[in-house]
Amino acid sequence: MSGATAAFVEATVRSATPLALAALGEVVVEAAGVINSGLEGVILAGAFGALVGAGHGGVAGGFAAAIAAGVGVAAVFAVFAVWLRADQIISGTAVTLLAVGLTGTLYRSLYGAAGAALSIPTIGPWRIPGLASIPVVGSGFFNQPAVTYVVYLLAPAIWWWMYRTHAGLALRAVGEAPAAAEAAGVKVGRVRVWAILFGGVAGGLAGATLVLAQAGTFAENMSAGRGFIAIAIVVLGRWRPMGTALAALLFGAASAFQFLLQALGLALPYQLFLSLPYVLTLLALAGVAGRVRAPAALARADLP
Amino acid sequence: MSETRGSSRWVALAVIAVFVGGTFALLAGSGFDVVRAAGALVRGAAGSWYAIGSGTLVRSTPLILTGLAVALAFRAGVFNIGAEGQFLVGAAAGTAVALGLGAAPGWISIPALLAGGALAGAAWAWIAAVLRNRYQVLEVISTIMLNFVAAYLVSYLVRGPMQEPTHVYPQTPTIAAAAQLPRFGSTTRLHLGFAIAVAACAVAWWFVRSTAAGFRLRVVGANPSAAAVAGEIDVQRVTTRAFLVSGALAGLAGAVEVSGVTFALYENISPGYGYTAIAVALLARLDAAGVIATGVLFGALEAGANAMQRDAGVPSVAVSVIEASIILVLVALERARFVRRGESAT
Repeated sequence: MSGATAAFVEATVRSATPLALAALGEVVVEAAGVINSGLEGVILAGAFGALVGAGHGGVAGGFAAAIAAGVGVAAVFAVFAVWLRADQIISGTAVTLLAVGLTGTLYRSLYGAAGAALSIPTIGPWRIPGLASIPVVGSGFFNQPAVTYVVYLLAPAIWWWMYRTHAGLALRAVGEAPAAAEAAGVKVGRVRVWAILFGGVAGGLAGATLVLAQAGTFAENMSAGRGFIAIAIVVLGRWRPMGTALAALLFGAASAFQFLLQALGLALPYQLFLSLPYVLTLLALAGVAGRVRAPAALARADLP
Repeated sequence: MSETRGSSRWVALAVIAVFVGGTFALLAGSGFDVVRAAGALVRGAAGSWYAIGSGTLVRSTPLILTGLAVALAFRAGVFNIGAEGQFLVGAAAGTAVALGLGAAPGWISIPALLAGGALAGAAWAWIAAVLRNRYQVLEVISTIMLNFVAAYLVSYLVRGPMQEPTHVYPQTPTIAAAAQLPRFGSTTRLHLGFAIAVAACAVAWWFVRSTAAGFRLRVVGANPSAAAVAGEIDVQRVTTRAFLVSGALAGLAGAVEVSGVTFALYENISPGYGYTAIAVALLARLDAAGVIATGVLFGALEAGANAMQRDAGVPSVAVSVIEASIILVLVALERARFVRRGESAT
């Protein structure tokens, strides 16, 4: 049974990694008072970028191209949501649709309609000596691809930056009271653009994780709603970096749960397990959304 | 922030020009015959009476109904991105009703299956309404999550309890001929559903414009807090009704598609109608009558795109780029109309 538990922990951490990356980026974006509902498109572009990059420049090229693609899509969102002050929800949805169209078109143009069985370089697990030997949970947490360790470092780093530095204070001021922040000399628009671009880096990394550390290939729409789940995770994590990382772990467990149940051989339809993360998102949001407080200026294009 | 509004218009248009131009340049660069593709697109959409009736107008029907669903919801400030899921459960329920009634005469089975689809769509949207009103869950997230759940539900149904008797194909049996919508003549695929869609738009246009309930819908959408304070309007009741009507229309679209076009339920029955519907609604400036025109426009675009994929090998998903560009330009140019005001955004 401990073997099954260890496998469950491993699957939990593996499924949580891309969600945590995307959600940590979104924490920063939402702290600036912007909701990037185009995050789904950012992740998808990152995944496609990883495929193209890895085909040309190996794993490093894959990660670099994924980040570039994620930032590119985030920049489009920034142009409309910040510069043109269009409604964030609708522009984000359109940005996702744009990414679906662009990645789908490019994928079929570059790799043919069949999509071909692509073999691209991937990264394997990187065992951390000592920590990985902790019974039951050790190998699950500390025998993972390097991107997982990025999450371990990123969550506390963002916390420190948001709550212990001057720049982080300015970021939160922009999200809570943009008019006051502007009056105090903070460039509200500039802060928001940088936050969105940072979200693009994190979302691009999340997409790269799907391709380079997990699937080893790309499929159309492979982000499969993770961008929207990540936005829900931010709510669940109460807009705080550490809480968000923990909430991502919970969603990872929900995904891992489906493997566990399937392994147990229960005669339940597999679609039930596949829809579990989405149902859990709804339940989790219903449980916390009314009781937590979002940044005051979130998604308010009518505020400065 | 101070910037000049005139320049933003050009920025929006420039960004779009880059996308659309870039897509075509990429297609040309990767060896597609762009001229031939454009020709195929035009011929597929409007090259003959058959293309117009059986291609464009058939394709427009679900887009008009889902576009109307989105337009009415957005008018009430309800960001229903869930027309896709509501369409799917509507298609599933419509199929179930049609199969359940078996050989019943058409004047019973057709109204019953359409009502079943509309009810299922409304029920699916009602979940998001409860989540928003009682738990303050942002409907953009909840409706998208419900889209995924609906897709898996259809997948389960066509591979499980509703699968055709030989259990070979992941689809339901074909519905009885009596349950299929009548067509406008023997040489066309255009079915009664198109007339239903146009009629729905006409009724909705009159409703929003001329009734007290339609007025409340517009006021709530324009400014919920003013509606509650100055107008003494029960905002939650209005938004819940907007959800239900919106879901019912999208569900109806699904049932119409089954009864008029596919005659069976299968997994990819919707090529993203619920998402295209957003572009349809926005381009119509959320006007119910305008949805007819924009629905036909996008129907032509998608029918043409199918021909483009068939004849020139250009992926039809390229049309999403055009749709997304239209949405982006419109939200940027019509900023005042599409801005959420005074509501928390969890």
